[in-house]
Amino acid sequence: MLTINSIKNGIVIDHIRAGYGMKIFNYLELNKAKYSVALIMNAASEKLGRKDIIKIENNLELDFTVLGFIDPNITIDVIKDEKIYKKIKLKLPDRIENIIECKNPRCVTSVEKNIPHIFNLVDEKTGTYRCEYCDQMYDNLSKYL
Amino acid sequence: MLKGRHLIDIMDFSKEELDEIFELANEIILKEEDFSKVCDGKLLATLFYEPSTRTRLSFESAMIRLGGKVVGFSEPNSSSVSKGESIADTIRVVGSYADIVAMRHPKEGAPKIASMYSPVPVINAGDGGHQHPTQTLTDLLTIKSIKGRLSNLKIGCCGDLKFGRTVHSLINAMSRYENNSFTLISPEELKIPDYAKKELDKKGVSYIETKNLEDVIGSLDILYMTRVQKERFFNEEDYIRLKDIYILSKDKMAKAGKDMIVLHPLPRVNEIPYEIDSDPRACYFKQVKYGMYVRMALMMKLLGIR
Repeated sequence: MLTINSIKNGIVIDHIRAGYGMKIFNYLELNKAKYSVALIMNAASEKLGRKDIIKIENNLELDFTVLGFIDPNITIDVIKDEKIYKKIKLKLPDRIENIIECKNPRCVTSVEKNIPHIFNLVDEKTGTYRCEYCDQMYDNLSKYL
Repeated sequence: MLKGRHLIDIMDFSKEELDEIFELANEIILKEEDFSKVCDGKLLATLFYEPSTRTRLSFESAMIRLGGKVVGFSEPNSSSVSKGESIADTIRVVGSYADIVAMRHPKEGAPKIASMYSPVPVINAGDGGHQHPTQTLTDLLTIKSIKGRLSNLKIGCCGDLKFGRTVHSLINAMSRYENNSFTLISPEELKIPDYAKKELDKKGVSYIETKNLEDVIGSLDILYMTRVQKERFFNEEDYIRLKDIYILSKDKMAKAGKDMIVLHPLPRVNEIPYEIDSDPRACYFKQVKYGMYVRMALMMKLLGIR
């Protein structure tokens, strides 16, 4: 059994779908961190079977929109003095901007530079997003991250 | 209030706003001479990034008949676009010269970007396989004028429902009126996109999909034919295999009701043979005329002249 010490002050990003931990790690640029960071992959989970966890020994300002977009089932525990001070549940954001580019080769975003890349959530149940410009629908948009 | 607004998607305007445009178009039809100078001093810019003589001439005729003038380009090679200028920059420059802009572009969403940066009203004159709202205004005015209503209609859309932007816009617009239903006739490869079907499901609008025109033609009030567009295909072989898949023969017309009308956004290729033109149910050339009148009414409204 792998043992990782609990953190004193910082953030635990838990219930990450197995395989997505590295994406979040990279997105948050934790490879450049000057504090302790643990990325745990394929940990046993009652809810998910297998999950990834990230523990960060620092109080980061996190963009919950992006994390919710990557995986809305993620939970975030804010730790203070080794205790959970706050638990944050995420959800799919209604609108995401400049995170992903549209994959439709006919979309104007494939040729026009310096414009915001925008997707709007059209169905929370299925996680379907639609490109603001060409209306192309995506059921699993975060896979392009 | 339509003054200063853009028309990118037909759904940008409410049903009431569309009615305003149709009422004005009817006034113009009844007494065109009263409108021959109302746009005196106004300038329309037609920015056509892909060729479309028909739509461009319709816009230009509309503005000239209202007493205004026209500038623009009909293909990007003759403009600054060929030097790599962005849409955002082009529209800010052209918007400094003209009072209103009609834009056609092969990329989906291009007029939307133009509207985000334009100081003057932008009209989407067709963006790739996406939307073509002034064709829809044309179709709606034609239906309203000939059938006398925009509700309680069985509308058949036949041909290229995947890339056929006129069909997407028409379905969006007609599904806002009560008790309309759609029969979507296409081969498997050219079926209507999922997003359009999801919209219909969400609104609770009834529709059926079929490959066979002959089986359903007898139940329709309107048959909206479309051309299989060569420019939308990446693969020539697919185009050749599908281009003549539906031909509206006399035999098929014999199975249709006596009040059914045939519409087509034009240009046609082989899907409607010339022998159908003399059938009183063939209304596609009337549609062209309505298209010019409705563009006259639209530009007057966006310019705030009425």
